[in-house]
Amino acid sequence: MIEFDRVTKRYPGGHEALSEVSLRIAQGEMVFLTGHSGAGKSTLLKLIAAIERPTSGQIIVNGQNISRLKRAALPYFRRNIGLIFQDHKLLYDRTVFDNVLLPLHIQGLSGHDAAKRARAALDKVGLLGRERARPITLSGGEQQRLCIARAIVSRPALVLADEPMANLDDAYAHEIMEMFRAFNQVGVTLVISTHNLDLIRRYGGRRITLAHGRLIDAQPNTTVTGSLPA
Amino acid sequence: MSAWVEHNLHSLRVAFKRLIDAPFASLFTVLVIAVALSLPAGLYLALANLQRLAGNVPTEAELSLFLKTEVGLEQARRLAAKLATRPEVRHVRLIDRDAALAQLAAAGLGEVAAALPANPLPHTLVVSARDPDPTSLERLREALARLPEVERVNLDTDWARRLAALLALGRDLVTLLAILLGLALAVITGNTIRLQIYAQRDEIEVARLIGATDRFIRRPFLYFGALQGLAGGLAAWLLLAVTALLLEDSVARLADSYGTTFRLTGLAAPEAAALLATSTLLGLAGAYFAVGYTLRGLDTPR
Repeated sequence: MIEFDRVTKRYPGGHEALSEVSLRIAQGEMVFLTGHSGAGKSTLLKLIAAIERPTSGQIIVNGQNISRLKRAALPYFRRNIGLIFQDHKLLYDRTVFDNVLLPLHIQGLSGHDAAKRARAALDKVGLLGRERARPITLSGGEQQRLCIARAIVSRPALVLADEPMANLDDAYAHEIMEMFRAFNQVGVTLVISTHNLDLIRRYGGRRITLAHGRLIDAQPNTTVTGSLPA
Repeated sequence: MSAWVEHNLHSLRVAFKRLIDAPFASLFTVLVIAVALSLPAGLYLALANLQRLAGNVPTEAELSLFLKTEVGLEQARRLAAKLATRPEVRHVRLIDRDAALAQLAAAGLGEVAAALPANPLPHTLVVSARDPDPTSLERLREALARLPEVERVNLDTDWARRLAALLALGRDLVTLLAILLGLALAVITGNTIRLQIYAQRDEIEVARLIGATDRFIRRPFLYFGALQGLAGGLAAWLLLAVTALLLEDSVARLADSYGTTFRLTGLAAPEAAALLATSTLLGLAGAYFAVGYTLRGLDTPR
């Protein structure tokens, strides 16, 4: 599903966020990305979603080489990926329902079918009763769930979540982890960045640890290879 | 296909909503566009009316052929008949020298005429041309002046030429104004669109992250530009109609003082349609360039 081959990302200004990272994530895996802040977790996720491009190295996602992806092909590539953001990135000028409808709309789906799917996604995250509400009136945990609903409504094969449990109390965090596990059980590949090690221990799954842009720990059952720091 | 139609309708709705959600800002922009449009359109109308007025004046495109004194009446008749067969001549009228003298007398110069020892006037042919256009009149004049029987040809085309030149100048002015103000319209629209895009940055960013194509993002803004242009065109039309209404009385009084009746005409249906189409297209063009330019500016650096 995802293949990194000696990937380096250097931002303008010289900061090297990732250095020579190689890893492989198979279809249907649930992978946790951990490391201190600034370790390169967000950059790694952005590279997978082709929000950033690698400075060097090769990334293959869904069989497509990110570096060679044309600008015009980018939207279609992104439609196969559900993105969950730490800051939600919800649209506050429209209802909860319309927020979830947006990805379907973008993909050219409309009318009754789209509405049905949007409602199903809201149901999965337990927000069906809040359809007509404005996102600003939702609690932090509810906003995160709305963001998840938006990410999964188009049934992507891959979901990337950047610190989805940050700023949430434990009860909410567990709720969201349960959701992720449910998605994983129906075959969705998930890459979740978090520093909540407690949750990882509880829910299992593979762990990839970054430190200063380098891969330092690839947990059991793994095919990850990487250049370890000396 | 139906989703495409749906999204277009949706974009139109969104654009319309954005337009009426900021009523004052929209009103001012529309007014600015209307003024910018009504200037060339108004000048065009004034010109059209002037042209019509000029058309009402009997512009007898007549040439007076003064024949040589040795040409006799019979010869003059023959010449008149011959000239009447020319394609560019409508008809020819002969004024023989006695009639000319009588005309002179009737014009109040009887005493002068009576004092003359002999009639000094030649026979005269009044040729009315088919085509009142100054250049063809001039060509006809030259041709007639070459006839051996003709002493002199009088053609008073000066005023016609001046009017034609004035109208041509007016038309050039309309074209120039239209181009300049059309450009201004596109820039005005582009600028409002640019501000809108900055206001919608979050939405655009999110839409891109979840796989929106540029076309999808661009569409509501294009509709907005077109709608705004259309509204501006309608307002310009209204502005012109109101102006014509206000001027009607004074124009009628002016015409009355000349002993004629004259009514201002507004934009005819095809002209109005052209005005609306132009304003819509200019709005669309302004939006297109603004969106393209601004969206490229919003691109995340890679």
